[in-house]
Amino acid sequence: MLELKDVSLTIEGEKGTVEILHNINLTLEDRRFYVITGPNGGGKSSLAKLLMGIYRPTSGRIMLDGQDITDLDITERARLGVGYAFQQPPRFKGLTVKELLQLAAGKNSPGNVCNYLFDVGLCPQDYQDRDVDASLSGGELKRIEIATLLARKLKVALYDEPEAGIDLWSFGRLTETFKALHKKNGTTIIIISHQERILSLADELIMIADGTVREKGTKEEIWPLIMDEIGCVCSKDCIERADNNAECNR
Amino acid sequence: MLSAIDKRILAQVADLHEIPQGAYNIRKNGMGVQRNSTANIEIKAKEDKPGIDIIVKPGTKGESVHIPVILTAEGLEDMVYNTFEIGEGADVLVVAGCGIHNPGSEKAEHNGIHEFFIRKGARMRYVEKHYGEGEGTGKKVLNPRTVLHLEEGATAELELVQIRGVDNTKRYTEARLERKAHLVITERMLTHGDQYAESDILIELTGEDATTQVISRSVAQDRSKQIFYPRVVGQNKCRGHVQCDAIIMDEAQVRAIPEIAANHSDAQLVHEAAIGKIAGEQIIKLMSLGLSEKEAEETILQGFLK
Ligand SMILES: Nc1ncnc2c1ncn2[C@@H]1O[C@H](COP(=O)(O)OP(=O)(O)O)[C@@H](O)[C@H]1O
Ligand SMILES: [Mg+2]
Repeated sequence: MLELKDVSLTIEGEKGTVEILHNINLTLEDRRFYVITGPNGGGKSSLAKLLMGIYRPTSGRIMLDGQDITDLDITERARLGVGYAFQQPPRFKGLTVKELLQLAAGKNSPGNVCNYLFDVGLCPQDYQDRDVDASLSGGELKRIEIATLLARKLKVALYDEPEAGIDLWSFGRLTETFKALHKKNGTTIIIISHQERILSLADELIMIADGTVREKGTKEEIWPLIMDEIGCVCSKDCIERADNNAECNR
Repeated sequence: MLSAIDKRILAQVADLHEIPQGAYNIRKNGMGVQRNSTANIEIKAKEDKPGIDIIVKPGTKGESVHIPVILTAEGLEDMVYNTFEIGEGADVLVVAGCGIHNPGSEKAEHNGIHEFFIRKGARMRYVEKHYGEGEGTGKKVLNPRTVLHLEEGATAELELVQIRGVDNTKRYTEARLERKAHLVITERMLTHGDQYAESDILIELTGEDATTQVISRSVAQDRSKQIFYPRVVGQNKCRGHVQCDAIIMDEAQVRAIPEIAANHSDAQLVHEAAIGKIAGEQIIKLMSLGLSEKEAEETILQGFLK
């Protein structure tokens, strides 16, 4: 179980101090599938970075299974089973897809880590020896990023807009895959998304806007409340994505 | 006889764990200590100056030549001239490399001058590793000078590696390419402490459809300094690509001055140069997979220099 207690985040930006998240209180249960949604700039990625330890809260506490992890760094949280698939994953010159997956899975992982590529719709033979560099398309990179999380045994798996650059048909299959995979380990899944299709898979929806939790509840409760805002964000997102489809989807 | 130190250095610079198969010449502290020629590859000492001639018969395929150099004494200044004749249509691997174990406080220096004649349609892969170690304060200095002549349709791939331990290096590489010749130079360098490294490359594309690619990747740590000066000159319809990529850390300094010059309107030449720190996002990503910050950094550098 993951708990955020009165968590706030302010960042010293170029234009002075900005409050990005304000008094967030959330309890996220094991084996549940949460989707966080809300307008761009609302603070969703910042919340994910807080959970991973990339950002430190200005005030408040973060608890994982009763342990206070607020002061733990990224590595320590990763080793406790927190994973985060970046909205914009970095590229690495000279690191192959296979090496990255091996780093994710850890030294003693059983089996061939490259099989996780199947789950994200990439052919392992075609991809495992390629470098995770600029030669990959945005969509390929996002899929590999997802595979690095699938390869791990996680308590909390955070996916930040995983659908970007991935066509809807294969994404539907993908969501089913990680649902099934994480169920095995009792993982709490948190997906940040604007995609109606992903929202409909959620056990619970959380709406973040202006740095606060605007709504939280089951689909049935939340759906009517947020339909307007989501509809708006989603159509904008779909237009953005239309340019992004020039990738191989075998 | 080879000592344990000699063997370790051979493993570092030439991936050799025992006496190699095929042709080889092992030079130690300014003298040839072991040599072997084969039916197709002859190695003989020069008569007028220190060094060897390596003659690969035309059509020789799939054979290798190892010519490592070891320096294990201080106060030594070794100068050697090696000439390679790679006969028409041959396809060989040449593993050079120099390792210095400097036990004392005086300088140990090796200056290798290599000249290659790669005849029509021949192929050569050349791997040169430089490595230094030693307890003392004595400087370890390596100044290789490499000159290549590529005849029509000849191909050469050079892999030049210097990872740690060499205090001072000035590398000079020069090549002339005739029609349809192809040259790839891949350079990997890591300097640290107060080391200084300079690499000067001049490639002249004289023949029609000659092509070349220079890929330089380097990491500069601590207070070390690096200078890269790759130049490609196009005298004909030809293609050239130069790419210098450096990761800079601590208080190091890196200069990259690529130059391309076209003296023909069908010469297509491109250069790219980039110097920057390790991206913070890369470190964060690997830490989020459970690596420590130090492990993350090492993983990134290792990949970059692979
Ligand atoms: N490191 C940062 N420095 C300054 N401002 C930031 C930083 N990270 C996020 N922000 C700001 O915080 C707000 C929320 O950003 P983000 O969490 O990325 O939103 P979302 O993921 O919901 O689109 C935005 O206004 C963004 O510009
Ligand atoms: Mg975001």
